[in-house]
Amino acid sequence: MSTVYILWLRQVKRYLRSRSRIIGSLGQPLLFLLAFGFGFSSIFQKAGQGNYIQFLAPGIIAMTVLFTSIFSGIEIIWDRQFGFLKEILVAPVSRVEIMLGRTVGGATVAVFQGLIIMLISLLTGFRPHGLDGLVGGMLIMILTALLFTALGTAIASRMEDMSGFQLIMNFLIMPLFFLSGALFPLQGLPSFLSIIIRINPLTYAVDGMRAAFINMSQFGFATDLIVLSVLTTILMFVGGYLFSKIKI
Amino acid sequence: MPEDKNIISVKNLTKKFKDFTAVDNISFEVKTGEVFAFLGPNGAGKTTTIKMLTTMLDPTSGEIQVNGFNPVTQQDNVRHSFGIVFQDHTLDDELTAYENLEFHGVLYKVPADTREKRIKELLDIVELWDKRNDLVKTYSGGMKRRLEIARGLLHHPKIFFLDEPTLGLDPQTRNHIWNYILSLNKKENITIFFTTHYIEEAQKVADRVAVIDHGKIVKMGTSKELMVVTHTKTLEGAFLELTGHEIHEEAANSLDNLRMHRFRRS
Repeated sequence: MSTVYILWLRQVKRYLRSRSRIIGSLGQPLLFLLAFGFGFSSIFQKAGQGNYIQFLAPGIIAMTVLFTSIFSGIEIIWDRQFGFLKEILVAPVSRVEIMLGRTVGGATVAVFQGLIIMLISLLTGFRPHGLDGLVGGMLIMILTALLFTALGTAIASRMEDMSGFQLIMNFLIMPLFFLSGALFPLQGLPSFLSIIIRINPLTYAVDGMRAAFINMSQFGFATDLIVLSVLTTILMFVGGYLFSKIKI
Repeated sequence: MPEDKNIISVKNLTKKFKDFTAVDNISFEVKTGEVFAFLGPNGAGKTTTIKMLTTMLDPTSGEIQVNGFNPVTQQDNVRHSFGIVFQDHTLDDELTAYENLEFHGVLYKVPADTREKRIKELLDIVELWDKRNDLVKTYSGGMKRRLEIARGLLHHPKIFFLDEPTLGLDPQTRNHIWNYILSLNKKENITIFFTTHYIEEAQKVADRVAVIDHGKIVKMGTSKELMVVTHTKTLEGAFLELTGHEIHEEAANSLDNLRMHRFRRS
């Protein structure tokens, strides 16, 4: 357990020390929140869908968690390049503990970032319903963060350096975000898009947060929670397995 | 624990990367408390051997015993037995010196009170106690090396591996660092296994030297023995006589460059 704790602590310390990273990584979600939130607000209203900021904010929070957690997972590549990974890998501790510590650390950072965006969205007019909504939303956020940190770890375990980074950005992270229902409702979509969206894990994160925060859901909170829990468990195993195969 | 006094024993060790043989059927023993050097040019197979001794790489064939354990099947036992200073820097730059050591101590399950005491002791020895709360990224190359040496000793290992520990350091820092290491060797009876391509370093510091070239151990013995066998007056001369070339990098031919290239990729 102490191994998991010290790895977690390391991630959190590194995060808190890099102010520029905290602020920098908030830029994109803020831009989306403001540009889309206010830009599409009147069209959304006219289409009879209600308040767009209410609808959008959970999607942007999910996006923040997605971006931060995948990057946290991918940070292993930096550890590899700067050599620190060697120090961890020759230590007499199990690979599973290392993977767990890293994942929980990365997920903590991602949840922090998600919470910051949530606080900011309150300023733009977002109003979550009640305390139990906040608790449910937090739960979804934590699961989402664990899921995508584990995914990032899995990917990073198979990467030698940062050269594949653009590939991941353009063919994984962006599609995950845009094809998740974070920006638009899921009704009345062409069927191919509808299918893609339904196999995207982030869809259930967005839907779960909407269910919790604003009582609006496609699949229901319980379904979202189950889907995310199952996927998180699977990805933790996959990430743990791939990480244990790392050779230095 | 075995009865014999060899803390490391290696028999017919070979490592192949596809069709390239990085380490070619080497055998040697290191006695407890000995200072043992692997002397050879870049790409000779020094780091590959260290990687196999320290559980980072599985051998293609051959047998290894480190502190009585097998690095392939008893990884955690072996990992508890040694400390290591890698060729390249392996500190977390975003943490302080103290935090780097604390991290290490927790990973190696050193109890908290012992940990604190030892960190203070070691940072005093390497003269970094005053700078313990500075981020490592503000450290010079020599300071980082000293910190890594302190870190490698924190869990009181039986064997200390050092892979080119003084590479890129000025002679003064080099002397300084060896003084620490040798005093520890005497005081704590820690076995020292180091690689180098500085001939004078091997001659001055090591009890015994293994000359390694193209993945093979060419000759092993004290500096004196090596000079006697080769009828030369210096270890440098002995090296030339044994390998047919000088140790300096500029002497590397295209085959050596290819070896190095593959070596780096592996």
